[in-house]
Amino acid sequence: MAATAAMVPIFGQQISSKNDLVPDWTSQEVSTGTTIMAVEYDGGVVIGADSRTTTGAYIANRVTDKLTPIHDRIFCCRSGSAADTQAIADVVTYQLGFHSIELDEPPLVETAANLFKASCYRYREELTAGILVAGWDRRKGGQVYCVPIGGMLVRQPVSVGGSGSTYIYGFMDSNYKPGLNKEQCLELTAAALSLAMERDGSSGGVIRLASISEDGVERRVILGNQLPKFSTH
Amino acid sequence: MEKHYTNSQVKGVSTGTTILAATFDGGVVIGSDSRASIGGEYVSSKTINKVIQVHDRIFCCIAGSLADAQAVTKAAKFHLAFHSVQMETPPLVISAASVLKELCYKNKDELQAGFITAGWDRKKGAQVYVVSLGGMLVRQPITIGGSGSTYIYGYVDAKYKPDMSRDECLQFALNALSLAMGRDNVSGGVANLAVITEEGVEHVVVPGDKLPRFHDE
Repeated sequence: MAATAAMVPIFGQQISSKNDLVPDWTSQEVSTGTTIMAVEYDGGVVIGADSRTTTGAYIANRVTDKLTPIHDRIFCCRSGSAADTQAIADVVTYQLGFHSIELDEPPLVETAANLFKASCYRYREELTAGILVAGWDRRKGGQVYCVPIGGMLVRQPVSVGGSGSTYIYGFMDSNYKPGLNKEQCLELTAAALSLAMERDGSSGGVIRLASISEDGVERRVILGNQLPKFSTH
Repeated sequence: MEKHYTNSQVKGVSTGTTILAATFDGGVVIGSDSRASIGGEYVSSKTINKVIQVHDRIFCCIAGSLADAQAVTKAAKFHLAFHSVQMETPPLVISAASVLKELCYKNKDELQAGFITAGWDRKKGAQVYVVSLGGMLVRQPITIGGSGSTYIYGYVDAKYKPDMSRDECLQFALNALSLAMGRDNVSGGVANLAVITEEGVEHVVVPGDKLPRFHDE
């Protein structure tokens, strides 16, 4: 349900990446092979992502911000093709802003999620985008919606995505329980992302975290040397 | 129709299984799930045994093509028994692992099987070795393998400690297998475990409904 590992576009690789004369990053699409995570708590959501963007084996950006604001209290976490997700996020930001002005009210998270789904589903053959939509609204509080590749929409209390997510399903299943508070969610997200970044070659850099609640958005960054450490073996 | 590859045959050569082996203070736990499937669509056996005894205190777990794995372990059992008789002493765990490695490396073009070897011997105590697909041999305190293992790398990295007690390690192994079986559709069935120490071998089988349960979304 999350984006699968190693987003390799199948359209025309005329120059093989196995050819040492031509580095693979000249022909590979820019991908946010990544790890993203979002957790609901009572009163808001916590979202997190790594910061690596790759073109093949080259890290095009090692301090990427994959947590993109869509509205005041709604964010999205992007994984998959960097171009596709940026384009979709721009479109949804415009649509949601317009809708919010019409309504004269802050928009619902579910609305934002449905807008993502509409674009991802309609253009599913052309796009490679796995997105987590998370935010806070007055009606339902903190919510996390998962829009994986293909354009499904489902609400989940906790969700992970991106190529690195496969490595942390077990950790997430065993460590998440309903009723965590904000600090616990932040710790859980930081630990999970750290574990995934350790194992997934396409994830790395720094951990970007954000917590969204009625009071607003708080962002923080955990640098490489401050990452949670686990017993190495 | 789908642009990305979800089919395990295209994604990689590990096929439906979750196997692991972990050392604890005084011994080693080795275990696996019990599902054999064809292409991820049909479960051909719900109770297959992937934990194979190659000598009194040496077990191995198989991943990859079951046919290849069974053929290799049969040959390895023979070589090891012969070696043991020649040396007039129980074989070392590294010998068992090396026998597997030789077979895998020399026949790497034809075979698609990986192994985890775990056991206890007098020289180095409890050990775990992994022989990967191409025939690399590496010793590790803990190792996981098979398609289901990808989902528990994070859990294992976070939770494993080198000097656990026997019961803690057994619980840890059960938890890990259970989590993997919960996420991987080609792993499942019962959890087959063996605990190997100087004193002997204990088999632990935990049926699916008795596996540890976690928060379900």
